[in-house]
Amino acid sequence: MTSVLEALTRGLHAAFAQDGRVYLIGEDLLDPYGGAFKVSRGLSSQYPGRVWSSPVSEAAITGVAAGMALRGLRPVVELMFGDFSTLIADQLINSITKFPAMFNGTVRVPIVIRTPMGGRRGYGPTHSQTLEKLYLGVPGLRVLAPNTLSDPGELLRRAILEQDDPVFFVENKVLYPKPVLDAQTLQDFEIEQTQGEFAPVHTLRLKGAPPPTLTLSAYGYMAELAREALTRLAFEHEIFAELVVPTQLAPLPAGGGLEPALAAALQRSGRLLTIEEGTYSLGWGAEQLARASQALGPRLLAARRLAAHEAPIPAVRALEEAALPSVADILRTAREMV
Amino acid sequence: MPTHAALYRQLYTIRRFEETLLEAFPSGAFYGTTHTYIGQEANAVGVLAHLQPGDIVFSNHRCHGHFLAYGGEPHGLFAELMGKATGVCAGLGGSQHLHWKDFYSNGVLGSTAPIAVGTALAEKEKGSPAICVLFLGDGAMGEGVVYESLNLAALWGAPVLFVVENNHIAQTTPTELALAGSLAARFAAFGIPVNELDSNDVDVIYAAAASEFAALRHTAAPRALILNTTRFGPHSKGDDTRDPALVASWRATRDPLTLQAARLEPAARQALESAVDAEIARAYAQAEADPLPSLPALTQAGRQ
Repeated sequence: MTSVLEALTRGLHAAFAQDGRVYLIGEDLLDPYGGAFKVSRGLSSQYPGRVWSSPVSEAAITGVAAGMALRGLRPVVELMFGDFSTLIADQLINSITKFPAMFNGTVRVPIVIRTPMGGRRGYGPTHSQTLEKLYLGVPGLRVLAPNTLSDPGELLRRAILEQDDPVFFVENKVLYPKPVLDAQTLQDFEIEQTQGEFAPVHTLRLKGAPPPTLTLSAYGYMAELAREALTRLAFEHEIFAELVVPTQLAPLPAGGGLEPALAAALQRSGRLLTIEEGTYSLGWGAEQLARASQALGPRLLAARRLAAHEAPIPAVRALEEAALPSVADILRTAREMV
Repeated sequence: MPTHAALYRQLYTIRRFEETLLEAFPSGAFYGTTHTYIGQEANAVGVLAHLQPGDIVFSNHRCHGHFLAYGGEPHGLFAELMGKATGVCAGLGGSQHLHWKDFYSNGVLGSTAPIAVGTALAEKEKGSPAICVLFLGDGAMGEGVVYESLNLAALWGAPVLFVVENNHIAQTTPTELALAGSLAARFAAFGIPVNELDSNDVDVIYAAAASEFAALRHTAAPRALILNTTRFGPHSKGDDTRDPALVASWRATRDPLTLQAARLEPAARQALESAVDAEIARAYAQAEADPLPSLPALTQAGRQ
């Protein structure tokens, strides 16, 4: 089986092999280290001129990449931790995503910023956060979060080579060692894959299950927990749910509509539970619930969200676990909703 | 080298453009804000006279003079400032956000530094001889990303000419309240060769820039040119807190137009000025008559 980490590394190698305009800039990229999480392993040996291991200067390397993108290259930036994305916020918000629109469509900025996010590794308050919600809703920014249901490396390769606009690529760090799932592993599930505007959306239900009374929606690593919860809800509580896993978090459909696969699932169940690792208020789940309410009106029977506690993530294991949503949280909330 | 008249024509074009802008602003002809370049014209003209086709310019919030010296048309710039569909960026960018050919500007101070470095590195990677000129002001030298960028430029050999126009005031804050140590030493700390001038004479700036460009093209490594200069106008509009007598004394002794006009025959100068006056008036009138952008431009921009 291929792990998410191996898949991402393959995706990067494939992009480098396919297009000489692809560059990678980031900290500690050189082999044998290959980046703090090893996603970039092997690249600096194979493409020494196109892998630029940088000083600890997140804002500047992101700006440099933006300049390269303006002039026809296809740079990828590796941010060592997603927490450090705050250091690039000005480049991202006031330059990279502004240029195409404020220059009246005369330039493109094809840049991919990849970064590990998320907790459950004991790294403490400044190395465990899930911060992508800060960048959801920045006009002109595509935010992607791979999962184990389809090849994360292929998603990355396509983001690098096929997207002419900036992409913020969120890799949950607990996903790295997880296997990219195959049909054998997923044999208990009926899976519908639809193509969203750029990235796939997966809808999962247990084979032979009665009509669903609840829709779960989660992305990235939380989709793993939600999948486990889906099974346990059926077998332990006779609650039959569907799980919708988007890969693209932004942009969402214009005009306030739901992602079509999620809209279809909600037509069936009438109940939505979103699960995310970012903090509770004003986040991804809140936006999904707002859209669900707009789309279904009084036919929306129940809507809840699970998210991280609104406090810094503690370093100590027991408290870190308590701060982040768990399978038990999903089971409890689902039972309250149905 | 361009003739005295050619350089004067550029200086005078920028001056008349900016004066026209300030004169018309109170009437509501323009929307938003503006930062004029009056007093600093010799910097843009003296430096950008050395550009080769394909060279890149990154400018800042005070970009009108840079844009016009780069070769931009007054009509497109007036139209942009009026928010007209015929503006350089169809009215979407406004005064501080211009892109035309290889000219770019942005209004967040210092944010352009790494991007300029990236453009220069990209051209080098592509095997192009193009270099990049980045205009910064003394105010931008307070931004941390500038120093990250100097480090990267030196480390990775980016052919960038960092031009610091030190007009000794950032909005209303005098430089001595904002800058510790010396500007030149900040470049020297990164091993970037730096040349510093204190002149509003376009000839002097042109000559200094000539050797900077020659060295830059030869070494393909960053260099810095610090231009001590004088801003005659307010930061934006009506926000000048300086002693008017001080500004008047600069106008009397350091006006780049006066300095350059002395090198021309009076009759030739007057003919040139009349021609530019007419050109600027025509550009303004044409921009005024141009249409506003349509609403779909709002959602189409940047999405192709």
